Amino acid sequence: MNKRVVITGLGIVAPNGVGLEAFTHAIKNGISGIKHDPELERLQFSCQISGKPEISNELSLRYFSELELRNFNSSGILYGVIAGIDAWKDAGLPVENNQDPDWDSGTIFGTGTSGIDKFRESIYKIDDFQTRRLGSTAVAQTMNSGVSAYLGGKLGLGNQVTTNSSACTTGTESILMAYERIKQGKAKRILAGSTSDSGPYIWGGFDAMRVCTFKHNTTPEEGSRPMSASASGFVPGSGAGALLIEDLETALARGAKIYAEILGGNVNSGGQRGLGTMTAPNPIAVQKCIVNAIADAGIKPEAIDVINGHLTATSKDSLEIQNWSEALQRNGLDFPYINSLKSMVGHCLSAAGSIESVASVLQLYHGFIFPNINCEDLHPEIKAVVDENKIPQKVINQDIDIVAKASFGFGDVNGCLIFKKFKN
Amino acid sequence: MEKEIIIEQLKEIIKPYVQEKEAFEALTEHTDFINDLKINSANLVDVILDIEEKYDIVIDNESMERMLNVKAAIEIISTKLADKI
Repeated sequence: MNKRVVITGLGIVAPNGVGLEAFTHAIKNGISGIKHDPELERLQFSCQISGKPEISNELSLRYFSELELRNFNSSGILYGVIAGIDAWKDAGLPVENNQDPDWDSGTIFGTGTSGIDKFRESIYKIDDFQTRRLGSTAVAQTMNSGVSAYLGGKLGLGNQVTTNSSACTTGTESILMAYERIKQGKAKRILAGSTSDSGPYIWGGFDAMRVCTFKHNTTPEEGSRPMSASASGFVPGSGAGALLIEDLETALARGAKIYAEILGGNVNSGGQRGLGTMTAPNPIAVQKCIVNAIADAGIKPEAIDVINGHLTATSKDSLEIQNWSEALQRNGLDFPYINSLKSMVGHCLSAAGSIESVASVLQLYHGFIFPNINCEDLHPEIKAVVDENKIPQKVINQDIDIVAKASFGFGDVNGCLIFKKFKN
Repeated sequence: MEKEIIIEQLKEIIKPYVQEKEAFEALTEHTDFINDLKINSANLVDVILDIEEKYDIVIDNESMERMLNVKAAIEIISTKLADKI
Protein backbone atom coordinates (compact mmCIF):
# COMPACT_ATOMS: atom_id res chain seq x y z
CA MET A 1 0.00 0.00 0.00
CA ASN A 2 1.25 3.47 -0.86
CA LYS A 3 2.31 5.61 2.06
CA ARG A 4 1.21 9.20 2.54
CA VAL A 5 4.17 11.55 2.48
CA VAL A 6 4.62 14.75 4.44
CA ILE A 7 7.17 17.48 5.08
CA THR A 8 8.30 17.74 8.69
CA GLY A 9 11.38 19.95 8.52
CA LEU A 10 12.71 22.88 6.48
CA GLY A 11 16.12 24.48 6.10
CA ILE A 12 17.05 27.46 3.98
CA VAL A 13 20.17 29.32 2.90
CA ALA A 14 18.92 32.00 0.53
CA PRO A 15 20.33 35.30 -0.74
CA ASN A 16 17.60 37.18 1.15
CA GLY A 17 17.67 35.15 4.33
CA VAL A 18 19.62 32.39 6.04
CA GLY A 19 17.41 30.41 8.41
CA LEU A 20 13.62 30.06 8.40
CA GLU A 21 12.84 33.14 10.44
CA ALA A 22 14.90 35.57 8.35
CA PHE A 23 13.74 34.00 5.09
CA THR A 24 10.03 34.00 6.02
CA HIS A 25 10.28 37.65 7.02
CA ALA A 26 12.05 38.49 3.76
CA ILE A 27 9.60 36.78 1.42
CA LYS A 28 6.54 38.19 3.20
CA ASN A 29 7.92 41.69 2.91
CA GLY A 30 9.33 41.50 -0.60
CA ILE A 31 12.92 41.98 0.54
CA SER A 32 15.47 41.55 -2.21
CA GLY A 33 18.74 39.68 -1.68
CA ILE A 34 20.29 40.98 -4.91
CA LYS A 35 23.42 43.09 -4.51
CA HIS A 36 26.17 44.61 -6.58
CA ASP A 37 28.93 41.98 -6.98
CA PRO A 38 32.44 43.55 -6.96
CA GLU A 39 34.05 40.33 -8.15
CA LEU A 40 31.82 40.17 -11.24
CA GLU A 41 32.63 43.82 -11.92
CA ARG A 42 36.38 43.20 -11.58
CA LEU A 43 36.10 40.32 -14.04
CA GLN A 44 34.19 42.54 -16.48
CA PHE A 45 31.01 40.48 -16.54
CA SER A 46 28.09 42.01 -18.42
CA CYS A 47 25.94 41.30 -15.37
CA GLN A 48 27.57 42.68 -12.22
CA ILE A 49 24.85 41.87 -9.70
CA SER A 50 24.06 38.59 -7.96
CA GLY A 51 22.20 36.90 -5.12
CA LYS A 52 24.53 35.29 -2.59
CA PRO A 53 23.69 34.08 0.92
CA GLU A 54 25.80 35.64 3.66
CA ILE A 55 27.50 33.04 5.82
CA SER A 56 29.84 34.14 8.60
CA ASN A 57 32.76 32.01 9.73
CA GLU A 58 31.08 31.78 13.10
CA LEU A 59 27.97 30.25 11.53
CA SER A 60 30.06 27.80 9.47
CA LEU A 61 31.70 26.57 12.68
CA ARG A 62 28.30 25.49 14.01
CA TYR A 63 28.10 22.94 11.17
CA PHE A 64 31.74 22.09 10.39
CA SER A 65 34.78 21.45 12.57
CA GLU A 66 37.82 23.70 12.26
CA LEU A 67 39.62 20.80 10.67
CA GLU A 68 36.89 20.40 8.03
CA LEU A 69 37.12 24.09 7.23
CA ARG A 70 40.89 23.94 6.61
CA ASN A 71 41.44 24.33 2.86
CA PHE A 72 37.65 24.18 2.44
CA ASN A 73 36.51 26.05 -0.66
CA SER A 74 33.14 24.68 -1.73
CA SER A 75 30.31 27.18 -1.30
CA GLY A 76 27.73 24.66 -2.54
CA ILE A 77 28.61 22.10 0.13
CA LEU A 78 28.67 24.85 2.77
CA TYR A 79 25.14 26.02 1.86
CA GLY A 80 23.80 22.47 1.44
CA VAL A 81 25.10 21.23 4.76
CA ILE A 82 23.72 24.25 6.65
CA ALA A 83 20.28 23.93 5.04
CA GLY A 84 20.27 20.14 5.41
CA ILE A 85 21.24 20.03 9.08
CA ASP A 86 18.77 22.83 9.82
CA ALA A 87 15.93 20.88 8.17
CA TRP A 88 16.88 17.75 10.11
CA LYS A 89 16.90 19.63 13.42
CA ASP A 90 13.75 21.57 12.53
CA ALA A 91 12.05 18.19 12.13
CA GLY A 92 12.98 17.47 15.75
CA LEU A 93 15.41 14.72 14.80
CA PRO A 94 18.54 14.18 16.90
CA VAL A 95 22.12 14.34 15.62
CA GLU A 96 23.74 11.41 17.38
CA ASN A 97 27.06 9.67 17.17
CA ASN A 98 25.63 6.15 17.11
CA GLN A 99 27.57 3.01 16.31
CA ASP A 100 25.00 1.99 13.68
CA PRO A 101 23.78 4.13 10.81
CA ASP A 102 20.11 5.12 10.67
CA TRP A 103 18.94 2.57 8.08
CA ASP A 104 15.55 4.21 7.61
CA SER A 105 16.86 7.67 6.71
CA GLY A 106 18.69 8.85 3.59
CA THR A 107 19.33 11.93 1.53
CA ILE A 108 18.73 12.92 -2.07
CA PHE A 109 20.53 16.24 -2.32
CA GLY A 110 21.12 17.63 -5.78
CA THR A 111 23.56 20.04 -7.32
CA GLY A 112 24.82 21.16 -10.71
CA THR A 113 28.52 21.37 -9.86
CA SER A 114 30.42 20.87 -6.65
CA GLY A 115 33.15 23.04 -5.20
CA ILE A 116 33.88 24.84 -8.41
CA ASP A 117 36.33 27.17 -6.61
CA LYS A 118 38.13 24.17 -5.12
CA PHE A 119 38.22 22.63 -8.58
CA ARG A 120 39.82 25.77 -10.00
CA GLU A 121 42.37 25.78 -7.16
CA SER A 122 43.20 22.12 -7.87
CA ILE A 123 43.59 22.67 -11.60
CA TYR A 124 46.07 25.48 -11.00
CA LYS A 125 48.10 23.23 -8.68
CA ILE A 126 48.06 20.33 -11.12
CA ASP A 127 49.22 22.50 -14.02
CA ASP A 128 51.99 23.79 -11.75
CA PHE A 129 53.22 20.18 -11.16
CA GLN A 130 51.89 20.30 -7.57
CA THR A 131 49.40 17.42 -7.71
CA ARG A 132 50.91 15.97 -4.54
CA ARG A 133 49.91 19.13 -2.70
CA LEU A 134 46.14 18.95 -3.39
CA GLY A 135 45.40 17.74 0.13
CA SER A 136 43.05 15.01 1.25
CA THR A 137 39.70 16.71 0.62
CA ALA A 138 40.00 17.84 -3.01
CA VAL A 139 37.93 14.84 -4.12
CA ALA A 140 35.23 15.08 -1.45
CA GLN A 141 34.78 18.79 -2.16
CA THR A 142 34.61 18.50 -5.94
CA MET A 143 32.74 15.23 -6.49
CA ASN A 144 29.18 16.01 -7.46
CA SER A 145 27.86 13.92 -4.58
CA GLY A 146 30.03 15.84 -2.11
CA VAL A 147 27.02 17.56 -0.54
CA SER A 148 25.09 14.34 0.10
CA ALA A 149 28.29 12.63 1.29
CA TYR A 150 28.98 15.36 3.85
CA LEU A 151 25.35 15.30 5.04
CA GLY A 152 25.25 11.51 5.16
CA GLY A 153 28.29 11.45 7.41
CA LYS A 154 27.17 14.21 9.73
CA LEU A 155 23.76 12.61 10.23
CA GLY A 156 24.78 8.94 10.06
CA LEU A 157 22.33 8.18 7.26
CA GLY A 158 22.05 4.51 6.31
CA ASN A 159 19.41 4.57 3.57
CA GLN A 160 20.04 5.91 0.06
CA VAL A 161 22.61 8.73 -0.01
CA THR A 162 22.82 10.30 -3.46
CA THR A 163 22.99 13.47 -5.51
CA ASN A 164 20.73 14.12 -8.48
CA SER A 165 21.42 16.63 -11.23
CA SER A 166 19.01 18.05 -13.81
CA ALA A 167 20.02 21.69 -14.23
CA CYS A 168 17.44 24.13 -12.86
CA THR A 169 14.95 21.31 -12.22
CA THR A 170 17.35 19.61 -9.77
CA GLY A 171 15.73 20.72 -6.50
CA THR A 172 12.20 19.95 -7.60
CA GLU A 173 13.33 16.56 -8.86
CA SER A 174 15.09 15.67 -5.59
CA ILE A 175 11.85 16.26 -3.65
CA LEU A 176 9.89 14.11 -6.09
CA MET A 177 12.49 11.31 -5.88
CA ALA A 178 12.32 11.43 -2.08
CA TYR A 179 8.51 11.38 -2.21
CA GLU A 180 8.49 8.32 -4.47
CA ARG A 181 11.00 6.39 -2.36
CA ILE A 182 9.00 6.99 0.80
CA LYS A 183 5.66 6.29 -0.91
CA GLN A 184 7.01 2.90 -1.92
CA GLY A 185 8.06 2.18 1.66
CA LYS A 186 11.77 2.02 0.85
CA ALA A 187 12.68 4.70 3.39
CA LYS A 188 10.96 6.38 6.33
CA ARG A 189 12.56 9.73 5.79
CA ILE A 190 14.68 11.40 3.15
CA LEU A 191 16.46 14.72 3.49
CA ALA A 192 15.68 16.19 0.07
CA GLY A 193 17.04 19.39 -1.35
CA SER A 194 19.59 20.98 -3.58
CA THR A 195 22.41 23.46 -3.57
CA SER A 196 24.37 25.63 -5.96
CA ASP A 197 27.89 27.05 -5.83
CA SER A 198 28.40 30.82 -5.88
CA GLY A 199 30.68 32.93 -7.97
CA PRO A 200 32.07 33.81 -11.38
CA TYR A 201 33.09 30.28 -12.37
CA ILE A 202 29.54 28.99 -12.10
CA TRP A 203 27.88 32.09 -13.53
CA GLY A 204 30.34 32.95 -16.33
CA GLY A 205 28.81 30.61 -18.90
CA PHE A 206 25.39 32.22 -18.48
CA ASP A 207 26.90 35.68 -18.75
CA ALA A 208 28.56 34.60 -22.00
CA MET A 209 25.16 33.44 -23.32
CA ARG A 210 23.84 36.96 -22.58
CA VAL A 211 20.91 35.48 -20.63
CA CYS A 212 21.69 37.54 -17.51
CA THR A 213 20.56 41.16 -17.22
CA PHE A 214 23.20 43.85 -17.77
CA LYS A 215 20.79 46.75 -17.31
CA HIS A 216 20.74 46.93 -13.52
CA ASN A 217 24.38 47.04 -12.46
CA THR A 218 23.66 50.22 -10.51
CA THR A 219 20.15 49.22 -9.39
CA PRO A 220 20.65 45.63 -8.16
CA GLU A 221 17.39 45.29 -6.22
CA GLU A 222 15.39 46.15 -9.35
CA GLY A 223 17.39 43.74 -11.49
CA SER A 224 15.33 40.57 -11.19
CA ARG A 225 12.01 41.29 -12.93
CA PRO A 226 9.98 38.15 -13.60
CA MET A 227 6.76 38.78 -15.58
CA SER A 228 7.70 42.42 -16.15
CA ALA A 229 7.57 44.11 -19.57
CA SER A 230 11.06 45.41 -18.81
CA ALA A 231 12.50 42.02 -17.78
CA SER A 232 15.94 41.82 -19.35
CA GLY A 233 17.41 38.50 -18.26
CA PHE A 234 17.91 36.64 -15.02
CA VAL A 235 20.12 37.59 -12.08
CA PRO A 236 22.50 34.78 -11.06
CA GLY A 237 21.97 33.47 -7.55
CA SER A 238 23.02 30.66 -5.25
CA GLY A 239 22.15 28.98 -1.97
CA ALA A 240 20.42 25.84 -0.80
CA GLY A 241 17.02 24.61 0.32
CA ALA A 242 16.26 21.43 2.25
CA LEU A 243 13.05 19.58 3.15
CA LEU A 244 12.77 16.65 5.49
CA ILE A 245 10.34 14.35 3.69
CA GLU A 246 8.75 11.72 5.90
CA ASP A 247 6.31 8.87 5.92
CA LEU A 248 3.09 10.19 7.53
CA GLU A 249 2.74 7.31 9.99
CA THR A 250 6.28 7.76 11.26
CA ALA A 251 5.80 11.49 11.53
CA LEU A 252 2.55 11.12 13.49
CA ALA A 253 4.02 8.43 15.73
CA ARG A 254 6.80 10.73 16.87
CA GLY A 255 4.48 13.73 17.16
CA ALA A 256 6.30 15.73 14.51
CA LYS A 257 5.20 19.15 13.29
CA ILE A 258 3.79 18.73 9.77
CA TYR A 259 4.36 21.59 7.34
CA ALA A 260 2.48 20.13 4.38
CA GLU A 261 1.63 16.98 2.49
CA ILE A 262 3.11 16.10 -0.89
CA LEU A 263 0.21 14.87 -2.99
CA GLY A 264 2.26 13.98 -6.06
CA GLY A 265 4.25 15.31 -8.95
CA ASN A 266 5.87 14.60 -12.25
CA VAL A 267 9.17 14.95 -14.08
CA ASN A 268 9.59 14.63 -17.84
CA SER A 269 11.56 15.94 -20.78
CA GLY A 270 10.63 17.51 -24.08
CA GLY A 271 13.36 15.44 -25.70
CA GLN A 272 14.68 18.59 -27.45
CA ARG A 273 12.10 17.86 -30.12
CA GLY A 274 9.45 20.16 -31.55
CA LEU A 275 10.10 23.62 -30.09
CA GLY A 276 12.35 22.13 -27.41
CA THR A 277 16.13 22.59 -27.57
CA MET A 278 19.04 22.34 -25.15
CA THR A 279 18.00 25.74 -23.75
CA ALA A 280 14.33 26.20 -24.73
CA PRO A 281 11.44 24.17 -23.33
CA ASN A 282 9.17 22.11 -25.50
CA PRO A 283 5.76 23.60 -24.47
CA ILE A 284 3.95 20.32 -25.09
CA ALA A 285 6.22 18.62 -22.55
CA VAL A 286 5.81 21.45 -20.01
CA GLN A 287 2.02 21.20 -20.22
CA LYS A 288 2.13 17.42 -20.05
CA CYS A 289 4.34 17.60 -16.95
CA ILE A 290 1.83 19.87 -15.19
CA VAL A 291 -1.18 17.78 -16.30
CA ASN A 292 0.51 14.56 -15.18
CA ALA A 293 1.47 16.06 -11.81
CA ILE A 294 -2.15 17.04 -11.19
CA ALA A 295 -3.33 13.56 -12.17
CA ASP A 296 -0.68 11.96 -9.96
CA ALA A 297 -1.86 14.09 -7.04
CA GLY A 298 -5.46 13.05 -7.69
CA ILE A 299 -6.80 16.61 -7.77
CA LYS A 300 -8.66 18.77 -10.28
CA PRO A 301 -6.86 21.75 -11.88
CA GLU A 302 -9.35 24.12 -10.24
CA ALA A 303 -8.17 22.98 -6.79
CA ILE A 304 -4.87 24.81 -7.22
CA ASP A 305 -4.84 28.04 -5.20
CA VAL A 306 -1.33 29.24 -5.89
CA ILE A 307 1.32 28.55 -8.50
CA ASN A 308 4.95 29.10 -7.65
CA GLY A 309 6.39 29.39 -11.12
CA HIS A 310 9.85 28.94 -12.57
CA LEU A 311 9.62 32.49 -14.06
CA THR A 312 13.24 33.58 -14.40
CA ALA A 313 12.77 37.11 -15.85
CA THR A 314 13.69 36.23 -19.42
CA SER A 315 11.55 36.35 -22.56
CA LYS A 316 10.32 32.85 -21.67
CA ASP A 317 8.08 34.07 -18.83
CA SER A 318 5.14 34.74 -21.15
CA LEU A 319 5.47 31.26 -22.65
CA GLU A 320 5.47 29.73 -19.17
CA ILE A 321 2.26 31.58 -18.25
CA GLN A 322 0.69 30.41 -21.51
CA ASN A 323 1.71 26.81 -20.68
CA TRP A 324 0.17 26.97 -17.19
CA SER A 325 -3.02 28.42 -18.63
CA GLU A 326 -3.30 25.70 -21.29
CA ALA A 327 -2.45 22.91 -18.85
CA LEU A 328 -4.95 24.06 -16.20
CA GLN A 329 -7.52 25.38 -18.66
CA ARG A 330 -7.77 28.47 -16.50
CA ASN A 331 -7.23 32.14 -17.29
CA GLY A 332 -8.16 35.70 -16.33
CA LEU A 333 -9.63 35.98 -12.83
CA ASP A 334 -10.06 32.21 -12.74
CA PHE A 335 -6.27 31.74 -12.95
CA PRO A 336 -4.62 30.77 -9.62
CA TYR A 337 -2.45 33.29 -7.80
CA ILE A 338 1.06 33.11 -9.19
CA ASN A 339 4.40 34.24 -7.83
CA SER A 340 8.09 33.98 -8.58
CA LEU A 341 10.63 33.91 -5.78
CA LYS A 342 13.31 34.83 -8.30
CA SER A 343 12.19 38.47 -8.11
CA MET A 344 13.82 38.52 -4.65
CA VAL A 345 16.67 36.00 -4.84
CA GLY A 346 17.55 35.76 -8.53
CA HIS A 347 17.94 32.44 -10.27
CA CYS A 348 19.64 30.06 -7.84
CA LEU A 349 20.14 27.51 -10.66
CA SER A 350 20.42 23.97 -9.27
CA ALA A 351 19.25 25.28 -5.87
CA ALA A 352 16.22 27.10 -7.33
CA GLY A 353 13.73 24.22 -7.09
CA SER A 354 14.41 23.47 -3.44
CA ILE A 355 14.67 27.09 -2.25
CA GLU A 356 11.40 27.90 -4.03
CA SER A 357 9.75 24.76 -2.66
CA VAL A 358 10.66 25.84 0.87
CA ALA A 359 9.00 29.20 0.10
CA SER A 360 5.95 27.39 -1.32
CA VAL A 361 5.57 25.20 1.75
CA LEU A 362 5.96 28.18 4.13
CA GLN A 363 3.01 29.80 2.36
CA LEU A 364 0.82 26.76 3.03
CA TYR A 365 1.91 26.38 6.62
CA HIS A 366 1.63 30.02 7.67
CA GLY A 367 -1.25 31.00 5.35
CA PHE A 368 0.10 33.72 3.08
CA ILE A 369 0.97 34.38 -0.55
CA PHE A 370 4.30 36.15 -0.93
CA PRO A 371 4.47 39.16 -3.26
CA ASN A 372 6.20 39.51 -6.61
CA ILE A 373 8.51 42.50 -6.73
CA ASN A 374 9.65 44.44 -9.80
CA CYS A 375 6.62 43.62 -11.94
CA GLU A 376 4.69 46.90 -11.57
CA ASP A 377 4.90 46.98 -15.40
CA LEU A 378 3.39 43.55 -16.12
CA HIS A 379 4.20 42.14 -19.54
CA PRO A 380 1.23 42.69 -21.89
CA GLU A 381 1.36 39.07 -23.09
CA ILE A 382 0.96 37.95 -19.48
CA LYS A 383 -1.83 40.45 -18.75
CA ALA A 384 -3.69 39.03 -21.74
CA VAL A 385 -3.82 35.63 -19.98
CA VAL A 386 -3.89 36.36 -16.25
CA ASP A 387 -5.83 39.00 -14.37
CA GLU A 388 -3.47 41.45 -12.62
CA ASN A 389 -5.06 40.67 -9.25
CA LYS A 390 -3.72 37.13 -9.51
CA ILE A 391 -0.13 38.40 -9.62
CA PRO A 392 0.17 39.92 -6.13
CA GLN A 393 2.63 42.74 -5.55
CA LYS A 394 1.88 42.88 -1.82
CA VAL A 395 1.68 39.95 0.56
CA ILE A 396 -1.79 38.39 0.84
CA ASN A 397 -2.51 36.89 4.23
CA GLN A 398 -5.00 34.08 3.73
CA ASP A 399 -5.20 30.34 4.17
CA ILE A 400 -4.45 28.39 1.04
CA ASP A 401 -4.90 24.69 0.41
CA ILE A 402 -2.86 23.65 -2.63
CA VAL A 403 0.30 25.04 -4.21
CA ALA A 404 1.73 23.82 -7.51
CA LYS A 405 5.47 24.33 -7.91
CA ALA A 406 7.29 23.83 -11.20
CA SER A 407 10.87 24.12 -12.42
CA PHE A 408 12.27 23.86 -15.93
CA GLY A 409 15.90 23.32 -16.89
CA PHE A 410 18.50 23.15 -19.64
CA GLY A 411 18.31 19.85 -21.45
CA ASP A 412 14.56 20.44 -21.90
CA VAL A 413 13.72 18.91 -18.51
CA ASN A 414 10.65 19.70 -16.40
CA GLY A 415 9.47 19.05 -12.88
CA CYS A 416 6.18 19.82 -11.10
CA LEU A 417 5.14 19.18 -7.49
CA ILE A 418 1.75 19.47 -5.77
CA PHE A 419 1.87 20.50 -2.09
CA LYS A 420 -1.21 20.52 0.15
CA LYS A 421 -1.93 22.00 3.55
CA PHE A 422 -1.90 19.06 5.94
CA LYS A 423 -5.15 17.75 7.35
CA ASN A 424 -5.43 14.35 8.90
CA MET B 1 67.80 19.91 15.45
CA GLU B 2 67.14 18.45 18.90
CA LYS B 3 64.72 15.55 19.00
CA GLU B 4 62.70 17.20 21.80
CA ILE B 5 62.25 20.34 19.77
CA ILE B 6 61.04 18.36 16.76
CA ILE B 7 58.56 16.48 18.98
CA GLU B 8 57.16 19.76 20.31
CA GLN B 9 56.83 21.19 16.79
CA LEU B 10 55.31 17.94 15.53
CA LYS B 11 52.68 18.09 18.28
CA GLU B 12 51.64 21.54 17.11
CA ILE B 13 51.31 20.28 13.53
CA ILE B 14 49.27 17.16 14.24
CA LYS B 15 47.07 18.65 16.96
CA PRO B 16 44.14 19.58 14.67
CA TYR B 17 43.97 16.08 13.19
CA VAL B 18 44.07 14.12 16.46
CA GLN B 19 40.87 12.42 17.63
CA GLU B 20 42.33 10.76 20.75
CA LYS B 21 43.21 13.64 23.06
CA GLU B 22 44.56 11.49 25.93
CA ALA B 23 47.08 9.68 23.76
CA PHE B 24 48.05 13.07 22.37
CA GLU B 25 48.80 14.45 25.84
CA ALA B 26 50.94 11.41 26.61
CA LEU B 27 52.67 11.46 23.22
CA THR B 28 56.11 9.82 23.06
CA GLU B 29 58.47 8.71 20.34
CA HIS B 30 56.56 5.42 20.14
CA THR B 31 53.14 6.93 19.54
CA ASP B 32 51.46 5.71 16.34
CA PHE B 33 49.52 8.29 14.32
CA ILE B 34 46.64 6.06 13.28
CA ASN B 35 46.41 3.43 16.04
CA ASP B 36 47.09 5.66 19.04
CA LEU B 37 46.06 9.15 17.97
CA LYS B 38 43.22 7.92 15.70
CA ILE B 39 44.19 10.35 12.95
CA ASN B 40 42.01 9.62 9.92
CA SER B 41 44.31 7.84 7.46
CA ALA B 42 43.24 10.21 4.65
CA ASN B 43 44.45 13.12 6.80
CA LEU B 44 48.00 11.73 6.94
CA VAL B 45 48.73 13.40 3.60
CA ASP B 46 47.63 16.72 5.10
CA VAL B 47 49.95 16.16 8.09
CA ILE B 48 52.81 15.51 5.68
CA LEU B 49 52.03 18.65 3.65
CA ASP B 50 52.03 20.66 6.88
CA ILE B 51 55.40 19.16 7.88
CA GLU B 52 56.84 19.98 4.46
CA GLU B 53 55.71 23.55 4.80
CA LYS B 54 57.02 23.94 8.35
CA TYR B 55 60.53 22.65 7.61
CA ASP B 56 60.70 23.62 3.95
CA ILE B 57 61.54 20.05 2.95
CA VAL B 58 60.08 17.61 0.41
CA ILE B 59 59.03 14.21 1.70
CA ASP B 60 59.19 11.64 -1.10
CA ASN B 61 56.57 8.91 -1.55
CA GLU B 62 58.74 6.19 0.03
CA SER B 63 59.33 8.26 3.17
CA MET B 64 55.66 9.12 3.26
CA GLU B 65 54.71 5.45 3.35
CA ARG B 66 56.96 4.92 6.38
CA MET B 67 55.80 7.97 8.28
CA LEU B 68 53.21 6.28 10.47
CA ASN B 69 54.54 7.12 13.92
CA VAL B 70 56.39 9.83 15.79
CA LYS B 71 59.72 7.99 15.66
CA ALA B 72 59.69 7.62 11.87
CA ALA B 73 58.58 11.23 11.49
CA ILE B 74 61.51 12.52 13.56
CA GLU B 75 63.94 10.35 11.65
CA ILE B 76 62.67 11.50 8.27
CA ILE B 77 62.54 15.17 9.25
CA SER B 78 66.09 15.02 10.67
CA THR B 79 67.45 13.31 7.55
CA LYS B 80 65.76 15.73 5.19
CA LEU B 81 66.99 18.70 7.24
CA ALA B 82 70.53 17.33 7.23
CA ASP B 83 70.31 16.86 3.43
CA LYS B 84 69.41 20.52 3.08
CA ILE B 85 72.70 21.73 4.60
